[in-house]
Amino acid sequence: MQRIGVFVCHCGTNIAATVDVKAVAEALGHEAGVVISQDYQYMCSESGQNLVKDAIKEHNLSGVVICSCSPRMHENTFRKAAAAAGLNPYMVEIANIREQCSWIHKDIATATEKAVILGRAAIAKVHLNAPLTAGESPVVKRALVIGGGIAGIQTALDIAEAGFDVDIVEKSPTIGGKMAQIDKTFPTLDCAACILTPKMVEASQNEKIHIHSYSEVSDVKGFVGNFSVTIKKKARFVDELKCTGCGLCTEKCPMKKVPNDFNLGLDNKTAIYIPFAQAVPKVATIDPEYCIMKKTGKCGLCSKVCSAGAIDYNQEDKFVEEKYGAIVVATGFNPIKLDKYDEFAYNQCADVVTSLELERLMNAAGPNGGTLLRPSDKTHPHKIVFVQCVGSRCDDSKGKPYCSKICCMYTAKHAMLIREKYPDTEVYVFYIDVRTPGKNFDEFYRRAVEQYNVHYIKGMVGKVTPKADGKIDVQASDLLSNEQLHIDADMVVLAAAIEPDKTARPLATMLTTQMDTNDFFTEAHPKLRPVESATAGIFLSGACQGPKDIPETVAQASAAAAKAIGLLCKNSITCNPCVAHADELMCNGCSSCEKVCPYGAITYQDKEFRMPNRTIAVRRVASVNPAVCQGCGACTVACPSGAMDLNGFSNKQIMAEVDAICK
Amino acid sequence: METFTYYPGCTLRTKAKDLDQYARVSAEALGIALEEPADWQCCGGAYTTAKDEIATKLSAVRTLNAAKENGNALVTVCSACHNVIKQTNYDIANDENMASKVNNYLQLDEAYNGETTVYHYLELLRDVVGFDNLAKKVVNPLKGKKIAAYYGCLLLRPSKALQMDDPENPSIMEDFIKAIGGTPVIYAQRNECCGGYITLEDKSQAAKRSNAVMDSAQSNGADMIITACPLCLYNLKKNSDSDMPVYYFTEILAEALGLKEGTNE
Repeated sequence: MQRIGVFVCHCGTNIAATVDVKAVAEALGHEAGVVISQDYQYMCSESGQNLVKDAIKEHNLSGVVICSCSPRMHENTFRKAAAAAGLNPYMVEIANIREQCSWIHKDIATATEKAVILGRAAIAKVHLNAPLTAGESPVVKRALVIGGGIAGIQTALDIAEAGFDVDIVEKSPTIGGKMAQIDKTFPTLDCAACILTPKMVEASQNEKIHIHSYSEVSDVKGFVGNFSVTIKKKARFVDELKCTGCGLCTEKCPMKKVPNDFNLGLDNKTAIYIPFAQAVPKVATIDPEYCIMKKTGKCGLCSKVCSAGAIDYNQEDKFVEEKYGAIVVATGFNPIKLDKYDEFAYNQCADVVTSLELERLMNAAGPNGGTLLRPSDKTHPHKIVFVQCVGSRCDDSKGKPYCSKICCMYTAKHAMLIREKYPDTEVYVFYIDVRTPGKNFDEFYRRAVEQYNVHYIKGMVGKVTPKADGKIDVQASDLLSNEQLHIDADMVVLAAAIEPDKTARPLATMLTTQMDTNDFFTEAHPKLRPVESATAGIFLSGACQGPKDIPETVAQASAAAAKAIGLLCKNSITCNPCVAHADELMCNGCSSCEKVCPYGAITYQDKEFRMPNRTIAVRRVASVNPAVCQGCGACTVACPSGAMDLNGFSNKQIMAEVDAICK
Repeated sequence: METFTYYPGCTLRTKAKDLDQYARVSAEALGIALEEPADWQCCGGAYTTAKDEIATKLSAVRTLNAAKENGNALVTVCSACHNVIKQTNYDIANDENMASKVNNYLQLDEAYNGETTVYHYLELLRDVVGFDNLAKKVVNPLKGKKIAAYYGCLLLRPSKALQMDDPENPSIMEDFIKAIGGTPVIYAQRNECCGGYITLEDKSQAAKRSNAVMDSAQSNGADMIITACPLCLYNLKKNSDSDMPVYYFTEILAEALGLKEGTNE
């Protein structure tokens, strides 16, 4: 028989206002095995914990039940207190009489009755608790960063700075991400490339950082501290180690009509290309869809001019496997496709562009060398209309329900830059609300309005009609003056909503981590654990977790790095002892548990069993890797013979709880 | 030969006989039998947005129920009829309150709960005949003809109820034009209003809208414009200053199928 102590918390008035805590303590005091039952105002406080510690020693308790808030809040607190008093921490059970009782009930009598029942269930469980000891598992001192944008670069730099090896896997031929495509940054208007490219170079020169460009993660196995990741290095048909990045091949390549994705298709590149001048690694890549040699077998010009002999038309995809202790996801974002928003005539008119396209049009390394010209006829636009919230804050199925967060600021930036450089150009901005929370953000927006005379009009654009004379008729409503407007614009710029990169969802499946309905990665806690995923050892960096501007992305990237470093610093990590185990005598090797295990923790082995008459039989039985098992319990439910059981949550314990509730 | 219940609607018996006749002869040539219910009534004219307005929707339900009793799907061709009947069907299927009110009133042998599938004639061509099959039956392809499809405001909207095509970036009529050998012209005003019934009140407003549509199509190089809606056709023809020809889509369908000769204009 256990010797159990029951401690009922008031939680100020959180519990005590709805639950008669003294009556609960009194009632639970009469339960079998309970030797002491008392209540206290704040059980989680220092003196509350001392109460528990003293009782354990004084009454020689073998089990403790705390009736308080959710175990997610303070289970650890009380386990530590019990351990300090010499009791195995897994002999502590929490009865949640706050979130699951006092907060959701109004009537004191029924709430008190329910609190007593919840307490009884916990007592019934403690009777069957057994002391558990947590094991340890070693940590591989190497991190993987998935995505080489500013988020991934910052995370990698910080982890490397702490002395750990870190690999960046980037799917495109160069790191840099979206920031490399941006012209200027708000609210300081400094050049994006000028602040990004030094970081790219730093990453490539850091001995601890290894960049896998033009690569993708194709498989992830293992668990926190010990992930095993397969990286697919896509064939770029150029030997990375030999290529010097001289660019001669790109000059000589006869296939010059390849849409340049770095400039968002606004101009063309060659079939062998280096995305941009500051690319890291500065290595050429062949696009096999356009390469004449790859398609017809006749050409080979690039190979002839390459003095380094780096061209290899027969290169194939390569797979490398690496071990990592921590993984940081930094897969970033993309603007949405605008096919469903044809009222803005994006697909009909070359002079209707997205904001990211405008960045390229205004960039010195862009298709027009930094002079803002209309894509259709290369003339100077004199009237430009910006439309905000295209696809953001949409209440119907075609757009995104959320605010994309960065558009108000970059639109103010574009408007201001255009007015500064081309004062003869009139700029209109249509908005639902202007949202500028951020350091120096509202001041920035006000400068656009007050100093640069940008016409901000509250209202949405209803229709964009390209006209025969090359002008664009923009029909919109001005909500403040209640007028219908028609503006004869030369260009229209759409602030398209941003969404997570398409690679994020399959990656989330590989990592067994969670996403929300918009495919943003879900953080472990929205306020208190914003850079960790709910899966141990997986951290989140940048816009893959939600829309973010550059300062926020960098801050989160460093925070994710700090969390990863915290993990990598440990030689080993304490495992959760509440893991599954198979009763080999009952297991019939049916594989039901293996199929449902989301962590790949279950394997099978053939074992010899002694049978009657001194015979030996070989049977296939399940075996659980306790370091990989997360204790989710899926296997215990799936097991048809009842061989699978979970430490700390055994079938017997759960049935005892149910019995206590139904008594 | 697959059989469908065919609902022409009142305008197709009066002002829009072309829309009706060419739809019938083309369907026959494409192996579709269209059966007109004996005593159909007006579709309801315009869909009322008032939730408690049941009376004006009853005649649409009678048509839907006739198709249900015939055991086949319902085909409409006029944009307005299609809009009213399909919306009513959607509401009956999704709004229990409305379904019970309608059924309490109609006292049908078997309650109607939105069982009938409603096709617009264009959907019939796309989903039942198939544009590929249609293309094979074309004997007189409209080669070199630049045709602007005019959707108007209510052929596709509200898209949630009509489920026909993307209302802002549709392709069904353009694909139809390609199937009969023409070249579709994409232009900004293709899914905007023609002016509608405002022509009764203020012709200048209808003229403004119709001109915007015609100018937009013409400036994008269109030779002709096609529509499924009698009111759109009226406005574009009578209220715009343009003399670009406007046809019902069924007329150029019949032409492509070589059926135009021999039918009464």
